[in-house]
Amino acid sequence: MDDTICAISSALGIGAISIIRVSGPKAITIVNKIFKGKDLTKVPDHSVNYGHILSTKKIIDEVLVIIMKKPKTYTTEDTVEINCHGGIAVTQKILEILLENGCRLADPGEFTKRAFLNGRIDLLEAEAVQDLLMSETENARKLYINQIEGKVSKKVKLVRKKILKLLANIEVNLDYPEYEDAIEITGKYMQEKLKEIRQDLQNLINNTENGRIIKSGISVALVGKPNVGKSSILNCLLDEEKAIVTNIAGTTRDLVEGSFLLNGIKINLIDTAGIRATKNKIEQLGVKKTEQLLEKMDLIILVLDNNNKLTTEDKKLLKKLKNKKKIIFVNKNDLRKNVNLKEIDEEVIYGNTKKENGLDALLTKIEEMFNLEKINTQDPTYLSNTRQKSLVKEAYKCIDNCLGSIKFEYTIDFLASDIKKAWDLLGEIVGETYNDELLDELFSNFCLGK
Amino acid sequence: MTKKYEIIVVGGGHAGCEAAYAAAKKGHRTLLVTTNVKNIADMPCNPSIGGTAKGIVVREIDALGGIMGKVTDKSHFQIKMLNSTKGLAVRSLRAQADKVVYPKEMLKALKKCSKLDILEGTVTKLLVKDKTILGVVIDENKKITGNAVILTTGTYLRSKILVGDKKTTSGPHGEKTSSLLSNNLKELGFEILRLKTGTPQRIAESSIDFSQMQEEYGDNTYYTFSYDNPPFYKINDQKKCYLIYTNAKTHEIIKQNLDKSSMYGGYVEGVGPRYCPSIEDKIVKFADKERHQLFLEPESAYYDEWYLQGFSTSMPHEIQEKMVHSLKGLEKAKIVKYAYAIEYDAINPLQVNYSLETKIINNLYTAGQINGTSGYEEAAAQGLMAGINASLKLEKKEPFILKRSDAYIGVLIDDLVTKGTKEPYRLLTSRAEFRLLLRHDNADLRLREKGYEIGLIDKKRYKKFLSKKDLINKTIAILKNNQLKLTKKVITIFAENNIKLPKGSIKYSELLKRPEISINFLKQFVDITDSKEILEEVEISIKYSGYIEKTYKEIAKMIKLEEKKIPANINYDKVRNLALEARQKLKLIKPISIGQASRISGVNPSDIAILAVYLKKEYSQNE
Repeated sequence: MDDTICAISSALGIGAISIIRVSGPKAITIVNKIFKGKDLTKVPDHSVNYGHILSTKKIIDEVLVIIMKKPKTYTTEDTVEINCHGGIAVTQKILEILLENGCRLADPGEFTKRAFLNGRIDLLEAEAVQDLLMSETENARKLYINQIEGKVSKKVKLVRKKILKLLANIEVNLDYPEYEDAIEITGKYMQEKLKEIRQDLQNLINNTENGRIIKSGISVALVGKPNVGKSSILNCLLDEEKAIVTNIAGTTRDLVEGSFLLNGIKINLIDTAGIRATKNKIEQLGVKKTEQLLEKMDLIILVLDNNNKLTTEDKKLLKKLKNKKKIIFVNKNDLRKNVNLKEIDEEVIYGNTKKENGLDALLTKIEEMFNLEKINTQDPTYLSNTRQKSLVKEAYKCIDNCLGSIKFEYTIDFLASDIKKAWDLLGEIVGETYNDELLDELFSNFCLGK
Repeated sequence: MTKKYEIIVVGGGHAGCEAAYAAAKKGHRTLLVTTNVKNIADMPCNPSIGGTAKGIVVREIDALGGIMGKVTDKSHFQIKMLNSTKGLAVRSLRAQADKVVYPKEMLKALKKCSKLDILEGTVTKLLVKDKTILGVVIDENKKITGNAVILTTGTYLRSKILVGDKKTTSGPHGEKTSSLLSNNLKELGFEILRLKTGTPQRIAESSIDFSQMQEEYGDNTYYTFSYDNPPFYKINDQKKCYLIYTNAKTHEIIKQNLDKSSMYGGYVEGVGPRYCPSIEDKIVKFADKERHQLFLEPESAYYDEWYLQGFSTSMPHEIQEKMVHSLKGLEKAKIVKYAYAIEYDAINPLQVNYSLETKIINNLYTAGQINGTSGYEEAAAQGLMAGINASLKLEKKEPFILKRSDAYIGVLIDDLVTKGTKEPYRLLTSRAEFRLLLRHDNADLRLREKGYEIGLIDKKRYKKFLSKKDLINKTIAILKNNQLKLTKKVITIFAENNIKLPKGSIKYSELLKRPEISINFLKQFVDITDSKEILEEVEISIKYSGYIEKTYKEIAKMIKLEEKKIPANINYDKVRNLALEARQKLKLIKPISIGQASRISGVNPSDIAILAVYLKKEYSQNE
């Protein structure tokens, strides 16, 4: 990070002002070279300076330049922000001038990378910044802001602290067997503490699932025989003609996708090629794809036609979806009621897509199933990527294994190895692995000696 | 010019004895210089050898061919297996050693080494030329040349004894201290640390009322530290120790006189160990505790002093009198020796390599308290390693380095040379991340082969070891390859013992994994050895195979990082983006691998990432 990098950090072409950020050891001197106004090398730290950007003595734009000296900056390096007028041409021109004067164009995310490498933010926060740049909904943005502020780190650290305390109690028992000062660690005592820790980890995992929903939304597949009204439901919900609706069975071959917001959460609707036995080659392809896709769905809406009795195909499908999260929507309720509910043995929603009724009930049901209202109001401190999630899950496994071993009467030296492993795994999430912590805790909490 | 000695060991404490013994056993002309021959293998503090983690170290020393375990077996009057209910991995022997017999037995063993000379004198200076050691100067005038020198100076470097506001320049027992050598080390470029330790009172046996105290017995099972000798004691002849407690009156006396203690009066510069606090420390830090445990332990069968463990203090004598007399059973106690704190110089162990050769002077080795450790066992372990490595260097062989996964000795040395220490360092089982493998029972399986390769284990003992190993493997194979069939007899025995019968025929090894099934129970159904030692080992490796395999996986991860070597000539100034502290630490410690670097405190995971990327870029052609 010896070089100085620059990039346009506001959205190009939008808004009245564009911001160009420069970071690195030469940030101030480079900008000073192209700036007409005060000598920027002599202005106070964190000051806003009015002036002009020059190129071969010609004025390019009128600007405000913010000087931020290390280490109290985002990257912990000297940082300069140039606020210029927001046209694409002007902004690009200033960027070019900076590049000509010794800056290098920043790689995507490089400011954040520097902040991480310089120890300004931990890995979790760095990951969050990356996610923030990609977040689409307001809820997702909130989630990342929380992570940047270190709320997730704090939660993980809290669980680690509990684990450390238990470990310290165990270690003091092992290393000072004759001292009565320490709490005697019994299987029951450990079980109690471990169950609490396991619950904390479970909560983190659950919240993470919610976090995923906030970030990516809920994926919902519409399935059912051709012509039962799947595309109509989709269109009603999306309120736009995105899917193709025809009367000819089998025209929706592609997995048409559309999204809408429900209680601030993105619902991604996927209309599918009707699942049914077919000889048509192209359609066969679509059917296969659909079956694979169903596995990955958060929710499946099975649409049935009230005009027709359940076919073997329908029954097959019902069987296939037995253990999936699903809603059964019986369409065309104005017609004869031929669907025998006894054959379904599950709650259904009646509706009519032509008259747009039953749709509200459908939405309410989705809200209920995913607890959307609660997700929305909860403090959104969730782990948001796979790396973090799998580490927490592994830590959960360790604690779970340990609880199992207690039942098998393993001695605490073995049990401690599971607990220590969980502690290490969580440490990886927050980028901390100081073993000395354990000893410090041990010595600050217990009175030992010769 | 041929040197008078190949290896000169400075100091006759626990580190010095092991170093001299190993060097001489390996066939090198060795000299041990000590200020007072009477103090060879002296135990200036507690009268015990072993304890948690430390007991395992003594086993490791023995497995490698060292001497401490054998001498302890000949000189203790009580032995106990600590943590026997808390798990196999944390079991450890501790013996109450006789303070008269132990040094005597040690001297006997040393005198048997034909290549070893012992000389009385104080080393005042090191002879150094071109950053290489040439020998030592004794008593400021006598030069003795040597190819390698091992410093094991204990607490004798510029030591000062502290009692209340009195500071006396002296070693333990009022011995001469050696400040000239300390100054010399400083001149040579060593960073000197000031450390502190302390020792409690000794009480005259005749003045103790034992009737008011709780008795503490030795174990009812025979144990030895050494793999090579039988027990020399009788279970019923073991001496008792006693447990007593401090009380409100004791605490009151201490609180009222805090300003008179050297520590709290501000007379101490050295840093004391957290795990070994003085009694005033305990009262201040744990103010809500109503009482603290104290142990009374006999020092020797040849004199009548008892060691008051847990009562270490730097209070003036008259306050100590009051404190001791406040204890139950010690109301009329006669204090033979007062407690004191002692300050001494050590070098920063970060200036020492894994081989224990210093980074500053070639062929100069350091071991024991001079490296910042505390404890007889930690000292002996380093002495042995320094003795081995000085020998190997003279033999032009690669140094002998134990990994953290090999032995507690490996953990100890890695901690010292990687993390350094600010207080006297003591081994704890919690310092060893792979302690499930570093057990009391398997020290020989871990290390004897290495001891044989080094040359400290003779052929006869090695053969005995190999046949033990062979029998273990054979027994495991029998249990893994044979099934228990549910005959009438089997069904009856299971019922009689109230053990749930398996559903059908089952491999013995699978059955053994059940918590309620022991190998001794299985023995009645299958023909295997009677050797207790073998059965124990087999049982552990089958019963706990799940955890043991997991540990091996963790070790593989660690070794991968250890194998990512950092070239000795790396220029850390060229590694961009390292944090300032990390850069400084890396320059000072010069880690040999990414693994070692990752254990340095102050070097964060992000620094390690940067370093790893740099190495890959710069040195990838060499891979």
